[in-house]
Amino acid sequence: MSQFEQSPSQTIGPFFHNALIQMTDGQNVLVNEKTAGQKIIITGLVLDGDGQPVEDSMVEIWQADANGYFNHPADPNQAKSDPEFMGHGRSQAVDAGRFSFTTVKPGIIAGEATPYINLRVFARGMLIHAISRIYFSDETTNKSDAVLNSVPAERRDTLVAKLDPAELIPTYRLDLNMQGENETVFFNP
Amino acid sequence: MTEFNPINWKTHPPYSHPPYRSTEKRGPQKKLLPLPQKLSELTGPVFGEDMLGEFDSDLTRNARVNGEPIGERIIVVGKLLDESGNAIPNALLEVWQANACGRYIHKVDQHDAPLDPNFTGCGRVMTDANGEYRFMTIKPGAYPWGNHENAWRPAHIHFSVFGTNFLQRLVTQMYFPGDPLMPLDPIFNGLPDENGKRRLISDYAHDITTPEYALGYRFNIVVNGPKETPFETKEA
Ligand SMILES: [Fe+3]
Repeated sequence: MSQFEQSPSQTIGPFFHNALIQMTDGQNVLVNEKTAGQKIIITGLVLDGDGQPVEDSMVEIWQADANGYFNHPADPNQAKSDPEFMGHGRSQAVDAGRFSFTTVKPGIIAGEATPYINLRVFARGMLIHAISRIYFSDETTNKSDAVLNSVPAERRDTLVAKLDPAELIPTYRLDLNMQGENETVFFNP
Repeated sequence: MTEFNPINWKTHPPYSHPPYRSTEKRGPQKKLLPLPQKLSELTGPVFGEDMLGEFDSDLTRNARVNGEPIGERIIVVGKLLDESGNAIPNALLEVWQANACGRYIHKVDQHDAPLDPNFTGCGRVMTDANGEYRFMTIKPGAYPWGNHENAWRPAHIHFSVFGTNFLQRLVTQMYFPGDPLMPLDPIFNGLPDENGKRRLISDYAHDITTPEYALGYRFNIVVNGPKETPFETKEA
C-alpha cells in the first residue's frame, strides 16, 4: 500500500456557482473566431431518477481539438495542437437542468476509431462525480470504437448525441439520465 | 504512456448513501463499466498563473466593498501530491465557502444569518513549483440544511482540484480539527473509511500562524498516482 492515499471526494453541494461558474464566465464556450474546425453545439438535460431536471449540477467536458490533438505534454503531437483551443469546458445546468457547450467537433485521436468527448457530472446529492462520454450520431466510424463496442448494445445510445439538422450551427442533443431504465453509461477508468 | 491508478473505492464515497437523502435519486445505480486509459484520460487542461486575479487567493481582500470581512482570519496552506508522493506543480485549486456566520452568497441559501458585504467566499490559487499552495480567508461558520431534523453542516471549505490529467480531477471539502458536528454529518459519514475521513480534516499549523494576525491550517491533498509498473529484468 502506498504511503499516500487518495483524498476522498465530497459533494459539490448547492453553492458552487459563484466560485466555479461566475468567477470565470463563459467556460461553456470553448471556441473563438480563430479556433480551427467545425463549430458545434452540444446540449442536453441532466435528469434524476424521477426524470426531474437536476438544476444544481455541473457538467465538464474534455476533448481533443479539430485535428485530434491535445495541448498537453502527454500528447506526442502537442506541438501541432490548436493554440486557440484549450479543450476544457464547464456548464452549469440551471435552466431546467439544461447544459450547453459551444465547441468544435473533435478530430480522431491517434490510435482511435471515432471522435468523442470525455464528460464528468457533478451535483448536489452526488458524493463523487460520474464519468461518461459523448459520441456523435453522424459518425459511421462509431461501429469500430472499442469502448462503444464494450457497452451492451441496448445501452450504447445513451452515449451518442443526436444531430439536430434543423439548427444553423450543427447541434447535438444528449440527455444525461442519472438513473432509471435509460441510465447513461458511466465509466470507471 | 504511464497509466494511472483508478479511483480507490475503498476511500471514496459511494453514489448511494441513504442518510444523505439526495443521493437516492441522483447517483448512478447501474454498474460502472471499465474504460481503458488512453490519451484522452491521461491529458487535461493546462492552466496558467496569468488567469488568476491579483487577490484571487486572498478571500479577505478580493470582495472588499467598504471594509474588512468579519470573522476569524485564517491562512490555509498545503501540498498537492499524487499517490507516489510526487508534488503536482502549476495545478489549479478553486475554493468556496460560507462566511463566518455560516451564510453563502448564493440565491438559494435561505439560512437566516447575516451576509457580509465584504466577503464572497470564492477564491482560486495555483500550486507552486513544489506543489504547495497558500490562501487567506475567514474561518467559515457551520450552517443548517434540510436533510433531517436539526441537521447542521460542520464548518468546511469546498475545494475543486485539477491535477494534470482527466483522472486526477477531485472535488472535496476541507474540515477543521475538533469540530463536534463531523460525527453527525451524513456527507462526512458518506466516507467509507476512517483514514479517508482523517485525510479531509485539516491540521492546526502553528508554524503558519502569523503573530497578531491569523491562525494557520494545513491541508494536503492526494490524487491518483501513476501505476507502479512491476520490475522488469533487462534482456542481455
Ligand atoms: Fe458547503
